[in-house]
Amino acid sequence: MKFYDVADLAVRNLRESVFRNSLTTIGISVGVASLVAMLSLGIGLQQLASRRLQKSGLFDTVVASSRRDLRNFREQREEGPAPAESPSLDEPSRRKIEKIPGVVEVYPDIRFATEVRFDDKPHLTMVAGIPFSARNNNDAFDGMQGSFFSSDASPEVILQKSFAEELLGIIPKPGTDNTNIAALAKSLLGKELTLRYAERTPSPSSAGSNDGAAYSVVSRQRALKIVGLTDLDPDSMRGTTKARVFLPLNFAQDLHVMQSNSRDTSASDSPSYTSLSVRVENPNQVPEVEDAIKKMGFNAFSLIDATRSMRQFFAVLDGFLAIFGSLALAVASIGIVNTLVMAILERRREIGIMKALGASDADVRGLFFAEAGAMGLVGGAVGVALGWAIGRLINFGTNIYLERQHFPPAQIWSVPLWLVLSAIAFSIVVSLLSGLYPASRAARLDPVQALRYE
Amino acid sequence: MEISEPNPVAVRTENACRHYQMGEALVRAVDGISIDIRAGEFVALLGASGSGKSSLLNLVAGLDRPSSGAVIVHGTDLAALSRDQLAKYRLHTVGMVFQSFNLIPSMSLLENVELPMRFAEVDRRHRSALARRSLERVGLSGRLSHRPMELSGGEQQRASLARALINRPQLLLADEPTGNLDSRTGTEIMELIHTLNRSLGMTVLMVTHEQSLAEKYAGRMLHLADGKLVNDVPTDRVSNISSGPVRAPWGETQ
Repeated sequence: MKFYDVADLAVRNLRESVFRNSLTTIGISVGVASLVAMLSLGIGLQQLASRRLQKSGLFDTVVASSRRDLRNFREQREEGPAPAESPSLDEPSRRKIEKIPGVVEVYPDIRFATEVRFDDKPHLTMVAGIPFSARNNNDAFDGMQGSFFSSDASPEVILQKSFAEELLGIIPKPGTDNTNIAALAKSLLGKELTLRYAERTPSPSSAGSNDGAAYSVVSRQRALKIVGLTDLDPDSMRGTTKARVFLPLNFAQDLHVMQSNSRDTSASDSPSYTSLSVRVENPNQVPEVEDAIKKMGFNAFSLIDATRSMRQFFAVLDGFLAIFGSLALAVASIGIVNTLVMAILERRREIGIMKALGASDADVRGLFFAEAGAMGLVGGAVGVALGWAIGRLINFGTNIYLERQHFPPAQIWSVPLWLVLSAIAFSIVVSLLSGLYPASRAARLDPVQALRYE
Repeated sequence: MEISEPNPVAVRTENACRHYQMGEALVRAVDGISIDIRAGEFVALLGASGSGKSSLLNLVAGLDRPSSGAVIVHGTDLAALSRDQLAKYRLHTVGMVFQSFNLIPSMSLLENVELPMRFAEVDRRHRSALARRSLERVGLSGRLSHRPMELSGGEQQRASLARALINRPQLLLADEPTGNLDSRTGTEIMELIHTLNRSLGMTVLMVTHEQSLAEKYAGRMLHLADGKLVNDVPTDRVSNISSGPVRAPWGETQ
């Protein structure tokens, strides 16, 4: 029989006992819906988590540093040139790293501990330069008070909430985190603070010479305008050296601050950097970029191992969710077997007639298969819609709860196209597998027996 | 009228047996029957119920396989065919008519007649016209979209004849075709089958328990009892073997 005829006869047969077949199909829908709802939540949570983590800069950033810099994140045991022979991390190296495939941007790591004066009171803190691209890439600036820097070189500053509290002399009670950031912002935004720092300038005697180790340190101060306040910690990767005051990167660079770990041999036009932050397009590319940087003779460091375990966690979570979701589908597949076996009993005579007229085993088998497949297709499609609705409902409910708890709303639910398609495909496959036994039983039916009883 | 060459053998059974186990007892439904039926013959199988006539018909129809012996149709031993080949044989070589008509109740007459063409993968565009013509020829042109249950027994049997012939088989097997009909409609059906036999030269093997029908229409009567052939007699009716072309109700001439 041709495909059209198989499909046509199958649909006819399904319509003949429309009530029973609908019930079976609803069973499949519920199974698929539970699977889709479970997985959409699993995928949504995973996306939420990886979005947060990616924006935190923890997992798409490789920190490159010179081996000459003996003070580093951790003791380096990698093979490679000895510190004294390794290349210096200067502008040409920065451009070279920028050309590694997958690298989005490479910017110097400017951070220094210094004194900040506000209201004529001194405060000591770590200051860091933030690249302009962080506006879109760092989650910490998503829900911030005020605004991001107006340009990459403007004398503006963004404060971390805890430093803002310090400036205003607010000491949060331990264990509570209820300082109203909006109130902090009200009293700080637009005000000025003074940055006092030590500028390193080349000594007039050695200006222009590359090996000139002579430079002088000049004490300077700049007034900066407070434009923003962040609740989250934009610099969470840095541990003890994390900054609480942020400047536009270019502006910070132009200050030529004498950095604490600076061991430049030169203060000339081509400075060498203490370390470079290398932002990578996709966390998956981090290991390759890390290797490439190491091959160039620098130290490289990333937190990629942490993403691996996160991905592992979500793979296990999705696995569990899929298993629970599939249970309902397994029950539904028993429904298909039952419906089709019933159909064989009911249509025994009809099968006998078809065989007497010349239908082959394959024709009869194909017919039952098509019926199972059609129920799987319809059940899968309805189930995806249902699962989508259930996921939305859970998302909606969760957001109401989050709102009551004064958390920002989150998208914890996601139904990507591949989930829609694979859920329907899975439903059809499960239905066909369920149809396997009834179909072969129908195909093997003895026409003489089937036609004997009136 | 000159004596023509006898037609070739259409159906031959060689010591065909169909035995099956029913509980403890071995039932010999067909027990060593050897017959030759020539192409174009109209043969009636007679016997009491349980004599094995339907079992023999099923063997010839390829619905069942002999336990031993051979059933040879147009030179092919059915026992040697695979299940698929047997299905093809039923599809193309045999047309079957049953006592209970066996039309599919959920389909209209037109769809019922079209059904064998679906299995034969006849082009979809031609099917409807072919089925329509076939139904017109058995006088059912006004009933195309009716369901079988909306028709009389005679009409249903005509429809089932139209269905049996749609793939142009060479062999028509009829299992008590008039068993569920009153005598007048039964006669109509028999006339129809008889015309088929004469006009198309179609070989007919008909199971019946009505001797009078057999004598009137068949050219030869095979009497069965307890699965064995007990009598093989020609009726005085001349079968179509040497008769000239007769216009069939469907207008085709041999």
